[in-house]
Amino acid sequence: MTRQVKQVKQLDRVIIRFAGDSGDGMQLTGDRFTSETASFGNDLSTLPNFPAEIRAPAGTLPGVSSFQLHFADHDILTPGDAPHVLVAMNPAALKANIPDLPKGAEIIVNTDEFGKRALSKVGYDANPLEDGSLQAYNIHPVPLTTLTLEALADSGLARRDAERAKNMFALGLLSWMYHRPTEATEGFLRQKFAKKPEIAEANVTAFKAGWNFGETTEDFAVSYEVAPARLPLGTYRNISGNLALAYGLIAAGERSGLELFLGSYPITPASDVLHELSKHKNFRVRTFQAEDEIAGIGAALGAAFGGKLGVTTTSGPGVALKSETIGLAVSLELPLLVVDIQRGGPSTGLPTKTEQADLLQAMYGRNGEAPVPIVAPATPSDCFDAAIEAARIALAYRTPVFLLSDGYLANGSEPWRIPTVESLPDLRVEFATAPNHVNEDGTESFWPYKRDPETLARPWAVPGTPGLEHRIGGIEKQDGTGNISYDPANHDFMVRTRQAKIDGIEVPDLEVDDPDGAARTLVIGWGSTYGPITAAVRRVRSAGGEVAQAHLRHLNPFPANLGEVLARYDRVLVPEMNLGQLAHLLRAKYLVDAQSFTQVRGLPFKAEQLAAAIEEVSANV
Amino acid sequence: MSEVNGSNGASLNGHSLLSLVPKTEVDRTAKDYKTDQEVRWCPGCGDYAVLAAVQGFMPTLGLAKENVVFVSGIGCSSRFPYYMNTYGMHSIHGRAPAIATGLASSRPDLSVWVVTGDGDALSIGGNHLIHALRRNVNLKILLFNNRIYGLTKGQYSPTSEVGKITKSTPMGSLDQPFNPISLALGAEASFVARTIDSDRKHLTSVLQAAAEHPGSALVEIYQNCNIFNDNAFEPLKDRSTKAEAIIPLEAGERIRFGADGGKGVVRDAETGELRVVEVTPENESDVLVHDPHAASPVTAWALSRIADPDTLHQTPIGVFRDVKRPVYDTLMREQLDLAVDKKGPGDLGSLLTGSDTWTVA
Repeated sequence: MTRQVKQVKQLDRVIIRFAGDSGDGMQLTGDRFTSETASFGNDLSTLPNFPAEIRAPAGTLPGVSSFQLHFADHDILTPGDAPHVLVAMNPAALKANIPDLPKGAEIIVNTDEFGKRALSKVGYDANPLEDGSLQAYNIHPVPLTTLTLEALADSGLARRDAERAKNMFALGLLSWMYHRPTEATEGFLRQKFAKKPEIAEANVTAFKAGWNFGETTEDFAVSYEVAPARLPLGTYRNISGNLALAYGLIAAGERSGLELFLGSYPITPASDVLHELSKHKNFRVRTFQAEDEIAGIGAALGAAFGGKLGVTTTSGPGVALKSETIGLAVSLELPLLVVDIQRGGPSTGLPTKTEQADLLQAMYGRNGEAPVPIVAPATPSDCFDAAIEAARIALAYRTPVFLLSDGYLANGSEPWRIPTVESLPDLRVEFATAPNHVNEDGTESFWPYKRDPETLARPWAVPGTPGLEHRIGGIEKQDGTGNISYDPANHDFMVRTRQAKIDGIEVPDLEVDDPDGAARTLVIGWGSTYGPITAAVRRVRSAGGEVAQAHLRHLNPFPANLGEVLARYDRVLVPEMNLGQLAHLLRAKYLVDAQSFTQVRGLPFKAEQLAAAIEEVSANV
Repeated sequence: MSEVNGSNGASLNGHSLLSLVPKTEVDRTAKDYKTDQEVRWCPGCGDYAVLAAVQGFMPTLGLAKENVVFVSGIGCSSRFPYYMNTYGMHSIHGRAPAIATGLASSRPDLSVWVVTGDGDALSIGGNHLIHALRRNVNLKILLFNNRIYGLTKGQYSPTSEVGKITKSTPMGSLDQPFNPISLALGAEASFVARTIDSDRKHLTSVLQAAAEHPGSALVEIYQNCNIFNDNAFEPLKDRSTKAEAIIPLEAGERIRFGADGGKGVVRDAETGELRVVEVTPENESDVLVHDPHAASPVTAWALSRIADPDTLHQTPIGVFRDVKRPVYDTLMREQLDLAVDKKGPGDLGSLLTGSDTWTVA
């Protein structure tokens, strides 16, 4: 493609939001722009946002689907607060997204969709492109549908099919505007539509036409360059949270030498982990799509009894159904991973939106005293390491472990420095192979609940091991032998021992980021709020403020130094996408006056909003 | 045996399934299968007879004892694993088939048995039962049916007759009971049988057939709860009535019962349904020959409907259905093998790297 002389501006970062109807292919468009951006070498962070309905009524506000991408020449932490550029494929997309745009933002609109009916469907009395109401913005009216149809006039495709390529026209235009490499997208389209070559060519043609349109039309006088980011040395790929989590599970299987068994029931936003693991049967990964959530975890627990690495994946409502089996796993003391990709609740809640309101469910949501370790990833790529860490704890301590991701991490993506296999933890386990107890008469026997004195873990003797036949169950068992016991003292002992085992799990100390050691306010979070909190802390510091930051990966048990860290600061601020669940735990355990800053809008925090909250708390010290 | 849905030859190689379980190196006896735990069922409970039969039967399979696993749910019968000196899990209410599915489908070298009851399998765990059966997971499911909730001290169960007076139904239960055989056949079960706790010989023969069957086997065992539902199956046990009450099902034999085989089951020419007739020289050749291996479950299902659910008068006993069809565990394993054949063993390094990378130097 030849290039006329047009002005090129250098930017250090850009936030783009693609928005359209659920059927307009905005997620695909965003994914492709992300891939182009990743291969160009920018740092990036993404935020897909879509309705739970597969196809909400066309052209309506509930049907709007969007994809936001933040990319930069430096390391960034969030998908960005406010888009610099909005691509609006119809009036609904414009109306739904305009409140998020700062004045002066660029808006590329598909004018073909701004007919009277489409406008009135979302409550526009007059065409906002003509009535002056958008004067504060930089509008680029583009007849995307018409231009796409013209570009495909010779394709022989029916109008309906040709029209569908308009998202690729838009992608081509944006790719021109931001100097994105295009070869990979062309290759991607040809592969995606390999069985329908005419559709593949139509999409490639539309994509190129969009690029050329930017190049030639006078409406786009400027294009932009964002230089590659200077990230730590290494080989990178772009990765979403759910993909990283699935890879982490496979890696845990490989590093433990145990075959992976996933028992799962489809649920948003966790199903992609089931889909991904189903692709990797050559790792001898078994995926079992169960009849319900309960069977999913039941099968995983059964596999764990047989010596496999048992995993179940779900979201909040599924955890509620699995609770009884998690309690059984606590009682059986078998390794099991329970992956909860949290979404908005309660009940069905907001299936496609993010929230972190299952912390207390994971912590306490079972009958009886049933402690379960909890690990939470901080970023999409961190889902890989967090899954391995959860497996480490499960295998070493013979316990179910919660892995608490969320919808934002699951679907968001970022560059990931690919680790070498050798650098991953060694998770090998030893099954019991011989009797571990000498009876009074001198004979030997196997006691399934005779514990390791260090970890308090019980031996894992798998069926097929001669001489170690034993029975385990959900009824209280006698210490050591595992036989049924209703003895009061024994029950008291076993409840306390199970608790002590979880409390004694070794987890790394909490690291505190307090550059000058002079801060009097600590911001502490967990899970996916890491990006927004860190971005907010940077803002506060660059404005001269002093604030310390810490982020919890282990929610149960807490790091051993947590109490001491909290005590160091006059103010402790806990931002969470719930109504203060971590703050509640901190206050209860450490008697610290932790202050909550909460939001449950189904969306991640904005850095600006958090920075203001931090400044307000700091000011009152 | 006939083959149903026989698209995959390897998966249908049924007898190889039991052969995947290691054989015992020392001769075992019933005593080897007993644990040191005191059996805590009520004196006179039918469970004792079943336990003794199973402990007596297991050595005859010649399997390595450590490769046998009993998984149960909750209920009186679900204490069973504690009394079997094998690997065992006493799990939670209704979930044993799900747990056993994970175990069986990932460990072909195990002989996995599920012990459950009418409440456990048909009420709280109904979903898991029907899905295990339709998948044809290699599980042997022993359903102890005493038509009552015993462990919770006497409420009606999903197999109790309509109008059952219990603690929770002082004016009589309202709901139509399940017929477990009909239910299992409707759930695409490949092996379905019924037997009686007190008939050790018959019970053992059914256990044998179930053990050898590749895939899910459902064995309904009529079991007496002498505390909360005593004599529920008395017509089938009483010497004076049982000949008239039990319809024995034997493969390849005409379905006749009653004193001197005076009654038989025939197909009504007009309706196609099964009915019981007095056998005469004229109609003798119309009496059905029992074929548990028939590809269609239609006749087996019709047989399961002969018994009146309230009185159990004229109850077929024996193997209703025994057909081969692909076994879930085997199919799952074959997919893993196929994936390895096609793609090679998984390589973690190349998986993590993927195809779309860039390098920061």
